[in-house]
Amino acid sequence: MVLPAHGGKLIQISETQASSESMRDALEGPSVKISAETRVTVDNISNGILSPLAGFMGREDYENVVDDMRLSNDTPWTIPIVLNVREDFRAGSGDEVTLVDENGVPVARLAFEELYTIAKKEHARKVFGTEDEAHPGVAKVYSASDKALAGKIISATKFSDPNFQKVTLYPKETRVLFQEKGWKEIVAFQTRNAPHIGHEYVQKTALALADGVFINPVLGKKKSGDFKDEAIVAAYQALVKNYYPRNTVVMSVLHYEMQYAGPKEAIMHAIMRKNFGCTHIAIGRDHAGVGNYYGPYAAQEIFKDFPDLGITPLFFREFFYCTKCEGIASEKICPHPEADRLNFSGTKLRKMFQAGEVPPKEFMRPEVSKAILDMKDPFVE
Amino acid sequence: MKDSKYTTISIPRPLHDRIEKMILKKEGFKSVSDYATYVLREVVAMHESKDVPDPFTSEDLEQIKERLKALGYL
Repeated sequence: MVLPAHGGKLIQISETQASSESMRDALEGPSVKISAETRVTVDNISNGILSPLAGFMGREDYENVVDDMRLSNDTPWTIPIVLNVREDFRAGSGDEVTLVDENGVPVARLAFEELYTIAKKEHARKVFGTEDEAHPGVAKVYSASDKALAGKIISATKFSDPNFQKVTLYPKETRVLFQEKGWKEIVAFQTRNAPHIGHEYVQKTALALADGVFINPVLGKKKSGDFKDEAIVAAYQALVKNYYPRNTVVMSVLHYEMQYAGPKEAIMHAIMRKNFGCTHIAIGRDHAGVGNYYGPYAAQEIFKDFPDLGITPLFFREFFYCTKCEGIASEKICPHPEADRLNFSGTKLRKMFQAGEVPPKEFMRPEVSKAILDMKDPFVE
Repeated sequence: MKDSKYTTISIPRPLHDRIEKMILKKEGFKSVSDYATYVLREVVAMHESKDVPDPFTSEDLEQIKERLKALGYL
């Protein structure tokens, strides 16, 4: 018996084919063209990753989430899941709405509930803590329509990314997997980077307290200069193969669009991993942050507002290599000054790889570096 | 008319006073209501999390295990 899903029920929406009769019939009604990122959200709702949501939020849930960080039934939830539609979109009670992808292929049928308007600046301020359009999450809100469509998903086609099919698991699968492995305490590790030694130490410290670690890299839209999804997966495969005992790690990917909402996104990351069956989640410095919008440990502090989250956070300080300690340390256990510390800087790593250099082994495992250097171009242009 | 977001519950006055005294010395709670909401959410969630079955039939379970084996996870 693993932990119950968030809100008590693991949502499983019935799967259908784009060519099915019901999909074809639905196409005669109103339809909405959705982006690749929204298509991923449809998949995440359909497969229970965003349980208890069974569709896109209505006004009541939306308002509760932005004002109180909870759904209207008091379940913790910090970032609204909305479907933005064009200003001229019309639908009425009882309508079925078809969601079509960027190529016009139907991907889901939705039971229409309501249309409502979002006050974008207020949304940005309440969700991201800023109205600054330089914030990527805020910019996305500003660039979208302010009209939102609410409705439950009736059925959806299977989303498949051929490059990562073999390393994609859904909550119903990880829940069975953890049970089969006999794991009771499972720590989730959220990442959007290739692993350096600092990441490995967080995971292994967590592993010392648990039965297993669930490494769950986020794949999807990235910024220029970020590691490509393929590089992240190859790097983690090299790390797990060479540096973890058997039967202590499960690595599978999560297609998801980062919002960079810092503390509020940390809560969403925890909720998703709870739905995968994890009992704990590792939260480090500036989790899900961007720029200087959030305090370095704001994503840890927010957890105190959620005694009923149902997944326990494990808080970590930043790890670094200390030349005096001659090993990996953190602020909590190392008394030496900044000058003795070698910080695991992503920018520094990127520069080394771009110059074709192998980072020092105190920085990144040689097998991990090799997996990255073996790729023709490991970075997003 | 839309229902108010909040409702009133009664607790013994001495308990109210104990909580009020305690939160004066501690950071994190703005009022007795704030404290009571926190504690009740914690307790209710603990009760709700017990014995909720996963929605798998034995057939689902076998299919899932087959896929996990095929992918090398089991």
